[in-house]
Amino acid sequence: MSSQDIPEENLPAEQDAHGAVGVADDKNPFADPGLPPHEHRVQDIDERAARRSERTVAMLFTVSMLATVGFIASYVGIPHDKSIFVFPIGHINALNFALGLTLGLALFAIGAGAVHWARTLMSDEEVADERHPIEAPPEVRAKVHADFKQGAKESALGRRKLIRNTMFGALALFPLSGVMLLRDLGPLPGTKLRHTMWRKGLQLVNMNTNEPLRPSDVAVGSLTFAKPEGLEEHDEEFQTEIAKAALMIVRIQPDNIKDKRELEWSYEGIVAYSKICTHVGCPISLYEQQTHHVLCPCHQSTFDLSDGARVIFGPAGHALPQLRIGVNDQGYLEALGDFDEPVGPAFWERG
Amino acid sequence: MSTNESSESRARGKAPAGERVADWADGRLGIYSLAKSNMRKIFPDHWSFMLGEVCLYSFIIIILTGVYLTLFFHPSMNEVEYHGSYVPLQGQLMSEAFNSTMHISFDVRGGLLIRQIHHWAALIFLAGMFVHMMRVFFTGAFRKPREVNWLFGFLLFVLGMFTGFTGYSLPDDLLSGTGVRFMEGAILSVPVVGTYLSFFLFGGEFPGGDFVARFYSIHVLLLPGIMLGLLVAHLILVFYHKHTQFAGPGKTNNNVVGMPLLPVYMAKAGGFFFLVFGVIAAIAAIASINPIWSMGPYRPDQVSTGAQPDWYMGFSEGLIRVMPGWEINFWGHTLVLGVFIPLVIFPLVLVAIAVYPFIESWVTGDKREHHILDRPRNAPTRTAFGVAWITWYMVLLIGGGNDLWATHFHLSINAITWFVRVAFFVAPVLAFVATKRICLGLQRRDKDKVLHGRESGIIKRLPHGEFIEVHEPLSQEQLHTLTAHEQYAPAAIGATVDENGVERKVKGAEKLRAKLSEAYYGEESQIPKPTVEEYKEITSGHGHH
Repeated sequence: MSSQDIPEENLPAEQDAHGAVGVADDKNPFADPGLPPHEHRVQDIDERAARRSERTVAMLFTVSMLATVGFIASYVGIPHDKSIFVFPIGHINALNFALGLTLGLALFAIGAGAVHWARTLMSDEEVADERHPIEAPPEVRAKVHADFKQGAKESALGRRKLIRNTMFGALALFPLSGVMLLRDLGPLPGTKLRHTMWRKGLQLVNMNTNEPLRPSDVAVGSLTFAKPEGLEEHDEEFQTEIAKAALMIVRIQPDNIKDKRELEWSYEGIVAYSKICTHVGCPISLYEQQTHHVLCPCHQSTFDLSDGARVIFGPAGHALPQLRIGVNDQGYLEALGDFDEPVGPAFWERG
Repeated sequence: MSTNESSESRARGKAPAGERVADWADGRLGIYSLAKSNMRKIFPDHWSFMLGEVCLYSFIIIILTGVYLTLFFHPSMNEVEYHGSYVPLQGQLMSEAFNSTMHISFDVRGGLLIRQIHHWAALIFLAGMFVHMMRVFFTGAFRKPREVNWLFGFLLFVLGMFTGFTGYSLPDDLLSGTGVRFMEGAILSVPVVGTYLSFFLFGGEFPGGDFVARFYSIHVLLLPGIMLGLLVAHLILVFYHKHTQFAGPGKTNNNVVGMPLLPVYMAKAGGFFFLVFGVIAAIAAIASINPIWSMGPYRPDQVSTGAQPDWYMGFSEGLIRVMPGWEINFWGHTLVLGVFIPLVIFPLVLVAIAVYPFIESWVTGDKREHHILDRPRNAPTRTAFGVAWITWYMVLLIGGGNDLWATHFHLSINAITWFVRVAFFVAPVLAFVATKRICLGLQRRDKDKVLHGRESGIIKRLPHGEFIEVHEPLSQEQLHTLTAHEQYAPAAIGATVDENGVERKVKGAEKLRAKLSEAYYGEESQIPKPTVEEYKEITSGHGHH
């Protein structure tokens, strides 16, 4: 489209300048020159360009309709478990891919059409609107204050103090009922956080095989997770019990155990520690067999299992609790009691 | 009577159906008065004004998709065995919550798409609010009369974080369960009442069998209900205050220049909703999010490496990761400072942002309404505070992902943690100083442009051989725009001795205010904008360059 095709009277120069340009003020060169003149778009002066815009908008809306048809076709036609390879994403669910893209296209095309319509065909002349102060004019303010005083006076709230005070009392007290009702949200903590399921004589059961552990099952350098005998996945309280009772077992050469009590509580170098981090309770799962360090993958607290599981790095505040273990008559590892301190994160009553 | 007659005659005549419906509604709802002030309401145009719209639309998308998800989700922690179509998990024990999320993801056609749209929209909602708040902050749009709306927006951001967190925890998968455990550990650290709070929240010991159902009602009813109310109030205030605008020719503090709601903004904003929805749907089609099937159901004794919360919780994760593990034991009690201090700093970081408008208005003592936005460079101290805050936030995000930084960049995790510990204190200060310098530099450049004109890039050789670059004077529009900002003078402490020679006591607050004011608006903190005299002096003599 060349410019000579545009009717003469439509050219900007022929039209009235809207909001004439301010002439530089002699006194103040920084003065506000006022709204700049409206600049015409090609659609404003050339009907053919406007019609082209119209067709673009209509095309976008049509694309949207087709995409919705595509959505319905995908929903009906594609099996929900079909997987396809799409470069560079990889293998993905075909139905999700098709539904998402068709829905996305249907919506995007509506949006693009509407915005294109607004930008090219609707008036783009800037208009100024007056603002008014947010605060009320003085006479309104005075009226409201007077009305309030009148109302307050008629209520006699300030004069009859007995009514006022008892009313405030009643209003202040009744929410207490609501607070009381929250009491049964849960039981009181009591000493629950201090105890776990472990007690003397409970065998250590391998978490993976669900079999009781013999000392010979624990090799030097390996990391084994254990649970107390009698705790099964199907148990009602399994999640809550395992959250405290989970154990990790490693074997360290007895000469390498630096902490005296740790050695005493171990069995032939097999030591059992709580798996629950003393920071905020993540299960610890990374073991470095050369250094006997364990690392919590959540916040990187690092404990030295050869030295009473003391904290050597990270945000944890105290060592992992150790479980005293021995071997029973049948030659299986067993607990010789519960942990002697609470497992998991510290709390106010821990002491 | 005449009005009645005329309306009757109108009704009996052949008015178009739409008009008759509108008349009917106006007679009952009074919609015409509402439409009179709002239908052709003027909205100014700037790309940054769209950020709030992104938040609004993603919120609507979250509600729409969330309602769909509730049709299939079972907020229960009863243990069931999985028998759905995802083979690797068949036979596994899991909560009904996890089971139904698996059902939505694999057996409801389009269910995975809606789940992913819901989660992506939530991330975009929070990111949108974060950036929208920055826009409002850096342009000073929070000033009178918009302080309350700033607070509404702030509350929406905070509640959005908690709604996100509770929603993220609902599928009861291994990753989110680990996040809930973290929260439980943090609650336990609260002095005196921590264990009680934890037992009341979880209905006993962690994890118990209640929290999914409780989080569910918080996530789908309580928090979104409050947020919807705040959102409506936020929008009503935007309409009532009318939108802010940047300085420019024809734009004053007493007008608003732009295009009318009907039709332009109706089409643009309405269309933008579809654009946002379309883009999020496309993202949900191609980018998998929160694939719970690869993480498996929650077990308190299991965890995956690289456990990360959603991005908006990352800074609290950073706080907890880099804090030294301080614990103080006394009289049979434990003060878990290593966890409790981060738990206290978490809201403080946010509250610092919430109260800022009130601090600034106290320092300036300015009681006027402001509808013209500041360019960030023209408020160097405020801009520097904002950048320092963002720097702080980013440092904590690095801390929150210290394991990922370590594995992806082959760095020592100890070194990263120590870096974050130092940067927590140092980086915001450095950012503050640097930002302020940059702002002052930009102010100087503006001043030069006003006084000496724009560098045209044309090199001219003078008769005696000197080369100069020709500067083109700015148009009056540009001159006005670059000099339109207001500059405060630092508030001085008034006379300390009255006319009778009696000494007045200067209160500490007054001294503090004078000091802050000096820091905000003293010589060190702003470049005086060019005056008309300066301009005339320079432009009157010819041969300037």
